[in-house]
Amino acid sequence: MKTLGLGSVLLAVLRREVSLALRQKGEVLTPLVFFVVIASLFPLGVGPESALLQRMAPGVLWVSALLAAMLSLQRLFATDYADGSLEQMALSSTPLGLLVVAKAISHFLLSGLPLVLMAPVLGLQFGLDGRALGLLMLTLLLGTPTLSLIGSIGAALTLGVRGAGVLLSLLILPLYIPVLIFGAGAVESDAAGMGAGGHLSLLAAMLVLSIFFAPIATTTALRISLE
Amino acid sequence: MKTSDIHWFKFSSPPNFYWLAGRMWPWFATLAATLTLIGLWIAFFVAPIDAQQGQGYRIIFVHVPASQMAMFIYLVMAAWAGFGLAFNTRLSGMMASALAPTGALFAFLSLLTGALWGKPMWGTWWVWDARLTSTLILLFLYLGFLALQSSIDDARRADKACAVLALVGVVNVPIIYFSVNWWNTLHQGASVSLSKSPSMAAPMLWGMLIMVVAFWMYTIAVTLARVRTIILDRERHTEWVKNAVE
Repeated sequence: MKTLGLGSVLLAVLRREVSLALRQKGEVLTPLVFFVVIASLFPLGVGPESALLQRMAPGVLWVSALLAAMLSLQRLFATDYADGSLEQMALSSTPLGLLVVAKAISHFLLSGLPLVLMAPVLGLQFGLDGRALGLLMLTLLLGTPTLSLIGSIGAALTLGVRGAGVLLSLLILPLYIPVLIFGAGAVESDAAGMGAGGHLSLLAAMLVLSIFFAPIATTTALRISLE
Repeated sequence: MKTSDIHWFKFSSPPNFYWLAGRMWPWFATLAATLTLIGLWIAFFVAPIDAQQGQGYRIIFVHVPASQMAMFIYLVMAAWAGFGLAFNTRLSGMMASALAPTGALFAFLSLLTGALWGKPMWGTWWVWDARLTSTLILLFLYLGFLALQSSIDDARRADKACAVLALVGVVNVPIIYFSVNWWNTLHQGASVSLSKSPSMAAPMLWGMLIMVVAFWMYTIAVTLARVRTIILDRERHTEWVKNAVE
């Protein structure tokens, strides 16, 4: 039997996830549309004054991004769990942690990256200038992979559990708070003339930490769910 | 007695611990009641009136111990959860789930007494202060733990899943606390400084210390009593439970 190297396993899982998602385009598009709708509701709720909207924009877009990430997280392991392929992955000789990382990367590619690309359009609606838009994209680019990684822990814990969707938000949203604070804070702090370097470094630090720790926790949680 | 004779895991067996907890909790409950009475007596009759805050400050005798316990119980809960995952002992998960409701209760009590204290002192029920916000997030973490516990039917699986959640939470608590602090200093809002600790009169300090110990005793008593009911519930199919209940 041919054994695959770790890199090729990673690529194979990624290719599988992406092609599955492309065949069911709704799954990629729905969270994105959700993101746009949520962000558009805020001006309707608080009124169209441009100064207020401009101040709120980073926070609103970040909160919307958290909720949109939440929406697609439920499906991270659920379909593979339902048809039994997750069990086969856990039984295979490939470390489960690697598969978890591949899943998290695919979640970022399919839900985080579209948000990053969509954010400037929404930012324009809120009256952000070019510099703020660029910074917002950068924070989302650094922050959304962390969301996928931390979220994978929650997705694994709530696998096959009653009311998994709401439960997942209850478990994971409090853990997202640091990412939210530094993500939204970077744009604000730059606008206030204090620079965004510290915030960006901390976002990157949280990404590195979660790359290391989240797969361990997710793997443990998956093994508990699969018992 | 030689050390090798000590049976380290004797009381990790639910029947043995059921018996031990049954012997212990009345003592802790008595201590809790006595110390609460002494503490409240100091709080209401011995401690002097505060120069700035008048009588209103007296809620501190509940507020401070409750806030401390809320944070500390989360650590203890995570420690039990870690034991449970490492040694695969059934009792550890039961202890963690017995602690969680009390922790959530204290987090809520801390927020409630804080609001009641804040209204007369600062003129507002709530400020987005770093401490208030992180206590609120702590309450969310407890609620997540309880929700996960109640939504998984298989008790052993629930224990393990909750253990992972508690450990993830405990890694995150310092990060959350630090980021909320940073966030708060960045937004110099309507600033109420809670960080300065005013010098306290000795009776106030004593009253507060006694109340802290009383809350500890209460937590231990309640947790032991609750873990007894959890043990009975989980082991209800066994012979020893039938004998114990009769």
